[in-house]
Amino acid sequence: MNNASLLPIMALLPFLGALVPGLMIRAGRTACATFTAVPTILALVMLGLCAPDVFRGEVLQIEFEWLPALGLSVSFFLDGLGLLFAGMILFVGLLITLYARFYLSGDDPAGQFFTYLLLFQGAMLGIVLSNNILLLLIFWELTSLSSFLLIGYWTHLPEGRQGARMALTVTGMGGLSMIAGMLILGNIAGSYELTDILAAGDAIKSSDYYLPALLLILGGAFTKSAQFPFHFWLPHAMAAPTPVSAYLHSATMVKAGVFLMARMWPALAGTDAWFYAVGTVGLITMVLGALIALFKDDLKALLAFSTVSHLGLLTMMLGFGTEAAAIGAVFHIINHLTFKAALFMTAGIVDHEAHTRDIKRLGGLRHLMPITFVIAVIAGLSMAGIPLFNGFLSKELMLEEAAHTDWRGSHYAVPILATLGALLSVAYSFRFISHTFFGPVRDDYPAKPHDPNFGMWAAPGLLVVLVLLIGIFPQATVGPLVELAATAVVGHELHHWHDLKIWHGVTPALIMSAIAVLGGLILLALHRPLERLWNAVPRPEAKVIFDHVVGWAVAGSDWIAHKTHNGAISRYLAIFVVSTLALGAIAASGGGLAPATRALLPVPPLAWIGFLLLVVAAIAVVLLHRERFLSLILISIVGLGVSGGFVYLSAPDLALTQISVETVTIMLMLLALHFLPKSTPAESGIFRRVRDGAIALGVGGAVASLTFAFLLRDFSSISEFHLTQSKVGGGGTNVVNVILVDFRGYDTFGEIIVLGIAGLIIYALMHALLDGPAARRLRNWEFTQERSRDRHPMLMVIATRVMLPMTAMVGVYIFLRGHNEPGGGFVAGLIIAIALLMQYMASGFGWAQERQRIEYHAMIGWGVAIAGLTGTAAWLFGKPFLTSSFGYFHIPPIEEFELATAMAFDLGVFLTVLGAVMLMLYSLSRIARYAGETVNTAAMDYDPSQGIRETTEEER
Amino acid sequence: MSHWIIAPVILPALLAPLIGFVMRHDKVLSRSASVAGCVALVVIALGLLNMAADGTVHVYRLGDWPAPFGIVLVLDRLSALMVLLTSVLALIVLLHVIGTDWDQRGRHFHALYQFQLMGICGAFLTGDAFNLFVFFEVLLIASYGLMIHGGGQARLRAGLQYVVMNLGGSTLFLFALGTLYAATGTLNIADLAVKVREIPLEDAAILRVAAILLLVVFAIKAALFPVQFWLPGTYANAPAPVAALFAIMTKVGAYAILRFYTVIFGPDVPAIGDMPELWIKIGALITIAVGAFGVLGARRLMPLIAFSVVGSMGTLLLAIAVFTPQSVTAALYYLLHSTFAAAALFLIGDLVTTRRGASADSLLPAPPIANNGLLAAAFFIAAIGMAGMPPISGFLGKLLILDAFQGQAHQAIAWAAILVTSLMVIVGFARAGSLIFWKAEGVVAVDGHGALTETPAPVPVAGPSQPNVGIAFVAIGACLSMLFLLSIFAGPVTSYLTATSAELFDPAAYVDAVLSGGN
Repeated sequence: MNNASLLPIMALLPFLGALVPGLMIRAGRTACATFTAVPTILALVMLGLCAPDVFRGEVLQIEFEWLPALGLSVSFFLDGLGLLFAGMILFVGLLITLYARFYLSGDDPAGQFFTYLLLFQGAMLGIVLSNNILLLLIFWELTSLSSFLLIGYWTHLPEGRQGARMALTVTGMGGLSMIAGMLILGNIAGSYELTDILAAGDAIKSSDYYLPALLLILGGAFTKSAQFPFHFWLPHAMAAPTPVSAYLHSATMVKAGVFLMARMWPALAGTDAWFYAVGTVGLITMVLGALIALFKDDLKALLAFSTVSHLGLLTMMLGFGTEAAAIGAVFHIINHLTFKAALFMTAGIVDHEAHTRDIKRLGGLRHLMPITFVIAVIAGLSMAGIPLFNGFLSKELMLEEAAHTDWRGSHYAVPILATLGALLSVAYSFRFISHTFFGPVRDDYPAKPHDPNFGMWAAPGLLVVLVLLIGIFPQATVGPLVELAATAVVGHELHHWHDLKIWHGVTPALIMSAIAVLGGLILLALHRPLERLWNAVPRPEAKVIFDHVVGWAVAGSDWIAHKTHNGAISRYLAIFVVSTLALGAIAASGGGLAPATRALLPVPPLAWIGFLLLVVAAIAVVLLHRERFLSLILISIVGLGVSGGFVYLSAPDLALTQISVETVTIMLMLLALHFLPKSTPAESGIFRRVRDGAIALGVGGAVASLTFAFLLRDFSSISEFHLTQSKVGGGGTNVVNVILVDFRGYDTFGEIIVLGIAGLIIYALMHALLDGPAARRLRNWEFTQERSRDRHPMLMVIATRVMLPMTAMVGVYIFLRGHNEPGGGFVAGLIIAIALLMQYMASGFGWAQERQRIEYHAMIGWGVAIAGLTGTAAWLFGKPFLTSSFGYFHIPPIEEFELATAMAFDLGVFLTVLGAVMLMLYSLSRIARYAGETVNTAAMDYDPSQGIRETTEEER
Repeated sequence: MSHWIIAPVILPALLAPLIGFVMRHDKVLSRSASVAGCVALVVIALGLLNMAADGTVHVYRLGDWPAPFGIVLVLDRLSALMVLLTSVLALIVLLHVIGTDWDQRGRHFHALYQFQLMGICGAFLTGDAFNLFVFFEVLLIASYGLMIHGGGQARLRAGLQYVVMNLGGSTLFLFALGTLYAATGTLNIADLAVKVREIPLEDAAILRVAAILLLVVFAIKAALFPVQFWLPGTYANAPAPVAALFAIMTKVGAYAILRFYTVIFGPDVPAIGDMPELWIKIGALITIAVGAFGVLGARRLMPLIAFSVVGSMGTLLLAIAVFTPQSVTAALYYLLHSTFAAAALFLIGDLVTTRRGASADSLLPAPPIANNGLLAAAFFIAAIGMAGMPPISGFLGKLLILDAFQGQAHQAIAWAAILVTSLMVIVGFARAGSLIFWKAEGVVAVDGHGALTETPAPVPVAGPSQPNVGIAFVAIGACLSMLFLLSIFAGPVTSYLTATSAELFDPAAYVDAVLSGGN
């Protein structure tokens, strides 16, 4: 089997493994930790199987298609750099699992912890194995997310939550910038496969888009690797449990940025832009981080800033862009990992045992915690860069490179600053050791410190052994690995490889090193006065700034979003209308208008009168709209005017429909008005009214001119077909009705459903209202208005009763003639509804309801069902939905008549319309009864047939 | 001609009255019928997708009248996809409704729900502009009812906004259709596609007005600036499962834009040119910003989610506005994703809100809730989906969209808008999530001065009595799985979508199928 096929399994293992700890925790922390280690160990074994191939110089590659449209594939490869990082991730992961087993207390949800840890491990492994930069981006963001979870692990601690959010914000920002950078890069290279991109280095560097791509990608790398000015999140991430700090925030995740720069080296490095951007930022970060670290009292904060400083060192080395610097960087990655992880674990042990990690409250621990002390000293000396410890070797390489680096013509800037960084590094390292472990034993530790059990110091112990081994036998231990990884970084065979040695003779680097050690010791001796000075000098506090920026952003966003979305419906509408108007005007001005082809018709006096009536009524509505009753009447005049217009323009069907709709609507609205205030309060000022008036006039003018524009122009339309086919194809001479029930019966089907739903909603709304505060208001409703004393006048009762059969007849007639003459189910339904409405108005709801046998819900249901089933009946004949059929029948003694399936459909329309209107009426009357309206049982106030003047009203 | 094409309309249209008028008095009966209807709809939609997947455009001539004189339904890849999306979402949301007893808080829920589905499916399937209007009315009026389901002052007030805004939209729709008819003499989409291309720019003023008015109409549905104002209030105050279903309603607007401005007013139409592209882009960019501001500045969870929907609609329309096959593919993928992501968030928000009792969805500390861990995990996944973080589909969707902008006009500003707002959304969701799920762990009580007493070992408060709430968790799980499935099967999905967008940009097959006498 090809070893390359192990790569996806390796990358996937931690994710699969992440499912286990959440369950295994039920078997205890040890079992849980053991099962967390299993996928790590398996992956490590697989990596071991692949290692020989890589050392032979092969690059293992495997690819599966995922999203070819984008160029995203599940594509992994393993070369020297990947091998180094994968090894580190898995190896340290294993140690951290062991350490965390003993570090976490029984109260902590360890199952969650190990799940998150494995998620992170998988994500990190994915980054270093990805051969597709889009895939890499996915894993990249996953590390941000899992780090968010791990930092916020102790959810009850505000620092944890804030630190988690800060880390997510900063690294998330970088991740987004990197997305853009990677997309540009892929576009330049013509592929998102890393191996293709690395091969296209020259094309990339000469591209116009090189600089934006570089800067955007560096945005991702710098934020992840906590480079200035994005370094501030890392110290706050220290709110995480110490195993997390050791793993994510010193050994692996923060190195992802460094890894990325190393990975992209062949494609991006070697230009001036690269040197100045990467080198300078690294240099500043190195010095600044070391300086701040010196004055931190929290052990973890000290280590965090030291990590920032070392990440700066690595970044700077990669920024130099030389082969030797690349070698040094790779070597330092290994060394930093060993000593810094050990130091973090040491700090965690101190915290765990002494219950504090404030350096000011510690000291003298060397006697109480001898093992911890030894570990801390070895790791600390390595961090300081003392010979025989591995940190020394890579720091020498750094100083060597710095010594002959030219920065904008200056030969001294880089070496001096690099020495300064090293010097500060010596100072804080010694401070870490001396202030924690040396000095007198105190009697005020929060808890009695002692060495932890073996499980807890085993991991750092192993790491410091490595520190020494590498420090003393560099070539034998890691030499080949460094060579291999450095080769992978630069992308070609190394031209200047020298075996790693402890002694290079007296070189500039050695002298700089010596200065650093001496200077560092002096600084440490002067620490107290310097600290006073440091505390006296005002400094920007990153967290405060960050919190302010986020605070402002949140408050500003809140302001913008809520000021504009505050529910002011009239403003929403004004914006909608004005922008529609503007867009319409812009659109119209972009095209020309064909010449008018129709002449204006003469306007007879009758039309003028109708027109004037309309205008006057409309203006009156505007002027009198606060008098609601009056404006309803005026609206009905407008409606009638429009109906008259339809008659005048020979559209009897429309006129008929318009009149019936108008009547029903006005009647229902009158009933509803009963429960509403009778006048509208004046709420808007003069400015608003003028503004709204202007908008209304503008829109009215626009609609009028648009209508005018197309009324003056002939156009051919599909209606010709409808006219010719109405009789022969649809079986009716009334083309409007045939359109409604046949040509476009489907539309009608939809519209009756709309009407039916409206009925249902009014019913549901009525119920909802009667459960809420509106119900209380209704209960206390005072019918203060002057009311007529005869609610159900005899004259009206008799009149409506007489009209009922007549109206019903008209309804049936209108229904039946619909297919050939103006009429149809819709109008018929409304007419019958009007007839019934009149009964309700005349005799009251209680009386009428008793005589009503069909449930309105059912009427709507039957209507929709009949219409729908009529349509589906066509399926039986293999025809599409709503295909109509008609025939002429002759049954003596009746004249020949026509039957059409469309009439059944029309019956559905009829029933739905009737049901919906009546359900609305029913809902209104329910409200009325709620409001304390009395229910009458007699038909009229004074019933002559009873002979006595009596009003039968009973409270309900 | 297969009658199955009309089944997604007829099935709910006949089921709804049955539920509303025969079964409405029995909870179990109406629920069973509603679920059965949704399951059947999913099955039918799968069948339709299968029919459409080979690229054949199926036309269903209602009343057996030839196009463009009668109404036609058209099943192509796009409409099949949208119907499937609707049906799957509907089933998931329905399960949640049943699990949380939302259907018992008012009248006629299931009937309205089925009518709602009828309206949505009808809008996706129709091949006629006026019929689209009719189905807009059906889906709108049903949505009015669902929106105010359960009542309550805030909800009714928000409902009024929604109704008023959409009545404005409907009126404009009629104006626009009238204008369009005056310019072309037809309202059949395929016929329009032909006629519109025959009109020279010199005579196109009326046509252009029609095109832009229609754009505004669809923009209202799709919550595009400057007509997005209705959405946050509506979605935040609607019953949460209804808001989840409404995730598809905004997509109806996006669908209509996609259909109309490729097949009819495509970039190749001389009379229209790049007018739609320009205005959609401007609107979409501002919409994205509005959404991000709302998410970052949110004081309550439901408005936060609602604003994230606004932002996602902006992103979606920005992608559509490029009007290239590649960008439309990206947009469609993002459309699928954002529908499920929004729905999942609303469903999760529902459980959180009911469990927090009096604190409801306010972003203020409150004691921890029942199932805190499970809900936190679900929220985390849904939120990273909505924010467009990996590994789920939101990230792929955003990558596709960003990639589609490579080398196009306005690339820099579009990229900046998408990426910067992503950060704002990430921060907004992180704040809300850490407050609701994490900070709660430290809260037990609030003392007289409003300061919080913190303690590491709180006791979760019991959730409300929802005996079937397990079903709701299944629904949420299903919704989140859709995100994962979209991500895992991104390859096959996008290849279907690529074919879909190719169809849109080469409407010849569509036009031929509708206007020729063939099947």
